[in-house]
Amino acid sequence: MTKIEEVKVIEIKKSIFADNNKDADALRGELKDRGVFLLNLMSSPGSGKTTTLIRTINLLKDRLRIAVMEADIDSDVDAVKIKEGTGVESIQLHTGGMCHLDAEMTRQGLDNLAPGAADLVILENVGNLVCPAEFDTGAVKNAMILSVPEGHDKPLKYPLMFSVCDLVLINKIDVMPYFDFDLDKCREYVHMRNPKASVIPICARTGEGVEAFAQWLLQEVEHWKN
Amino acid sequence: MHELGIVFYIIKDVKTAALEHDVQHVNAVVMNIGEVSTIVPDYLTDCWRWAVTKEPLLEGSELLINIIPAVTHCDACGREYETVRYGKKCPHCGSDQTWLLKGNEVEIKEIQV
Ligand SMILES: Nc1nc2c(ncn2[C@@H]2O[C@H](COP(=O)(O)OP(=O)(O)O)[C@@H](O)[C@H]2O)c(=O)[nH]1
Ligand SMILES: [Mg+2]
Ligand SMILES: [Zn+2]
Repeated sequence: MTKIEEVKVIEIKKSIFADNNKDADALRGELKDRGVFLLNLMSSPGSGKTTTLIRTINLLKDRLRIAVMEADIDSDVDAVKIKEGTGVESIQLHTGGMCHLDAEMTRQGLDNLAPGAADLVILENVGNLVCPAEFDTGAVKNAMILSVPEGHDKPLKYPLMFSVCDLVLINKIDVMPYFDFDLDKCREYVHMRNPKASVIPICARTGEGVEAFAQWLLQEVEHWKN
Repeated sequence: MHELGIVFYIIKDVKTAALEHDVQHVNAVVMNIGEVSTIVPDYLTDCWRWAVTKEPLLEGSELLINIIPAVTHCDACGREYETVRYGKKCPHCGSDQTWLLKGNEVEIKEIQV
């Protein structure tokens, strides 16, 4: 005798990013009400996020109240570096080995900052060009750093990352002579993914171009508060 | 690893759905995975097998994957083409005013109980 097992099918048809997108929109709404600007900064590991942040914060800390949330690795090395290099509040988020932060983890991080003490919060996301692009953190704007040694064709290889970024910083321009990095081509590729993205070449080591990034941030923060 | 994180989101959504439909045990979860979603199906099923050993609701369940082919639409000539084969440039007219119509999905299609 054969027994026919009955299979019942429940239709779901739902993107696994749907809940997170909703949480992220809610978080952005709250940040707007509180007048807090959250920047999500992404890149491959070692592109220069921490170095760039220290430079930029030192240019801005007299004009804005700033705090940093570090998620890049599960140690507090970067959080300590930021604190020592700038004096601003800096906390380490523990992602428990996850390859990205989602809106819920970001909210928990924000809850751990001193309440009402910052106009600008910068999130240094996990060093990775794939996963962080898929999960909206609830940030007001997304920025990414592409460093010269990674090559100018990165926007072709990681289309999603470049399409979600409002700003692309091209870092380590001091080593440009040693790599066949084509800045114009890179701009063109970025704009293929996102015609509205701003592109700013910088050298976090010497500080060249960092003023332009600071200016971009000042404008964005002001715009968000009004 | 990317795929393991994704598995946790799937489990969370399936648990919610099971609760809503009063389901005690799930036999299979069917996913729609876009060809250019950056997800590697084999890694996803490997992570699934490992993760469900810890979930009574899903123990022994299978993750079935439906691949959704990627299709790009060209704004210049209005036609469509296979994304993976031709990339960003339209093979009909050479334009790069093109956008991904489908192929980026990571969605739960259904659960079998
Ligand atoms: N040559 C050069 N090296 C840089 C520059 N910016 C950062 N670095 C170096 O790149 C390495 C990684 O920088 P870090 O800020 O820790 O990167 P993160 O992992 O993205 O936070 C460090 O050794 C930095 O000194 C730059 O503009 N030029
Ligand atoms: Mg860092
Ligand atoms: Zn065409």
